[in-house]
Amino acid sequence: MDMIELMYQENILDHYKNPHNFGKMENATVHHHEKNPLCGDELDMFLMIDENKKIVDVKVHPTGCAISVASASMLSDEIKGKSIDEVKNMTKEQILEMLGIPISPVRLKCALLSLDTLKNSTLIFEKYMRK
Amino acid sequence: MLKTKTIMDVETIRKDFPILQRKVHGKPLVYFDNAATSQKPKEVIDALDFYYNNYNANVHRSIHQLGEEATAAYEKAREKIAEFINAQYEEVIFTKNSTEGLNLLAYSLTSGLKQGDEIVISQLEHHSNFVPWQQMAKHLGLKLKFIEINENAELDEESIKKNITKKTKIVSIGHISNAIGTINPVEDIARITHENGALMIVDGSQAAPHIPLDMKKIDSDFYVFTGHKMLGPTGVGVVYGKKELLEASRPFLYGGEMINEVKFDDTTFNKLPWKFEAGTPNIAEGIGLGVAVDYLTKVGMQNILNRDRELLDYAMEKIKEIDGITVYGPKERASILSFNVKGVHAHDVSQILDSEGVAIRAGHHCCMPLMSVLGISATARASFYLYNTEQEVDTFINAIHKVKKIFGV
Ligand SMILES: Cc1ncc(COP(=O)(O)O)c(C=O)c1O
Repeated sequence: MDMIELMYQENILDHYKNPHNFGKMENATVHHHEKNPLCGDELDMFLMIDENKKIVDVKVHPTGCAISVASASMLSDEIKGKSIDEVKNMTKEQILEMLGIPISPVRLKCALLSLDTLKNSTLIFEKYMRK
Repeated sequence: MLKTKTIMDVETIRKDFPILQRKVHGKPLVYFDNAATSQKPKEVIDALDFYYNNYNANVHRSIHQLGEEATAAYEKAREKIAEFINAQYEEVIFTKNSTEGLNLLAYSLTSGLKQGDEIVISQLEHHSNFVPWQQMAKHLGLKLKFIEINENAELDEESIKKNITKKTKIVSIGHISNAIGTINPVEDIARITHENGALMIVDGSQAAPHIPLDMKKIDSDFYVFTGHKMLGPTGVGVVYGKKELLEASRPFLYGGEMINEVKFDDTTFNKLPWKFEAGTPNIAEGIGLGVAVDYLTKVGMQNILNRDRELLDYAMEKIKEIDGITVYGPKERASILSFNVKGVHAHDVSQILDSEGVAIRAGHHCCMPLMSVLGISATARASFYLYNTEQEVDTFINAIHKVKKIFGV
């Protein structure tokens, strides 16, 4: 398998074509929209968070390339059922490991849009909790 | 290798571009990202090298042999560029790139405007010919209007007439759209602009590399282009301006070089073109652009234009045979092929093409307003130049088939 086939392996393309937890949420605790200005990839993330700061439901609505959509889809699976504290410090490395494919430096932004969206969602949530 | 019908010998030209020998991911490089930046012939690369190795010195100020050689070469480049666009020597101002040129004009030309005065651009503009006007309008209370495109992605004639009126002070239009290749009727727009007593600027970033230019014929008041897209180095661009207008305009950058006499209470400015060139310029790059212009002239701009058409027609025919391809832009276009593959994002198209050695661009092409008019967020764009071949187009087409295979579309 060459690099490109490794990158666009079936798993990634499945997530791209049928993203998990796809859609929008009416009464989300936090809804955050993030855009990658360089390439125009966009992601809407909706989190339903209970009183124990647990993410009980998540919806993602990505538009963009296979890498950014697959990353959003996989991350939505990853964080569902976890607490905000568990996910707020997730790292770039964890995302890359989750994707499990070689990502060139120029595509890093695509891969990490989901993480940026998640981080900003958790920040918004914590700011709101403090009030 | 297919024989070309033009009198240009592409194989000979290719030998002048060392980078075309390199391999990418083990495959021969197919460089179709010329609208972003062109490759450079060896002559241009050597000119930079030769300058630094032999006569590096500051221009216009150093009274010694090296300084004189550097100044002569730098000013000779200006002369060649003036000839290339049929303008006078004083009308050629060196900038860093088109973006700086358009900002220079946006700052200089709006300084006398009043609240409510109107500036007209179009929906096709590159952010460089969009954001400066938008921001000047915002700060000075000017009104920014947009000429709309019709269903063929050409500037709508009615919209041109409707937007350019007696209230208009400045019209700034791209000659060729970098996103979809539309060639705009800048001569007609210049005439309409002048009938209304306004100033006409043309962003010629995509035109200067591809079509013969004659400033007298276009008759715009200003014309802006960037060296790196026309075989020249990065870091050098040009603002052409009609002499009397440049003389009447305020400088944009202040500092050394652009002055005549500086006293504690005021400064008089240098004569044209140096009035607009503050500070030490990109000397080697300016000289390099002169060499690039020599190269283009040697090949012949009309030959380049004919060859562009030939290659574009070939690519269009081939790409249309593929299912699920949408091509954006008008039928009559410059050598820019903007497209999408159904079910695949442009980034992924670009990434997979890269694995076959094919370099294209994917994204909004610095034209986000246009993308929103077209109702898309990105396209894949192949853009051709004088060293590209039909064989390379075939490689590109095969690579699109690979995209479709990987994505199962
Ligand atoms: C139509 C157009 N205008 C302006 C520019 C800006 O050129 P530069 O980045 O060299 O300033 C470009 C190129 O990117 C362009 O294609």
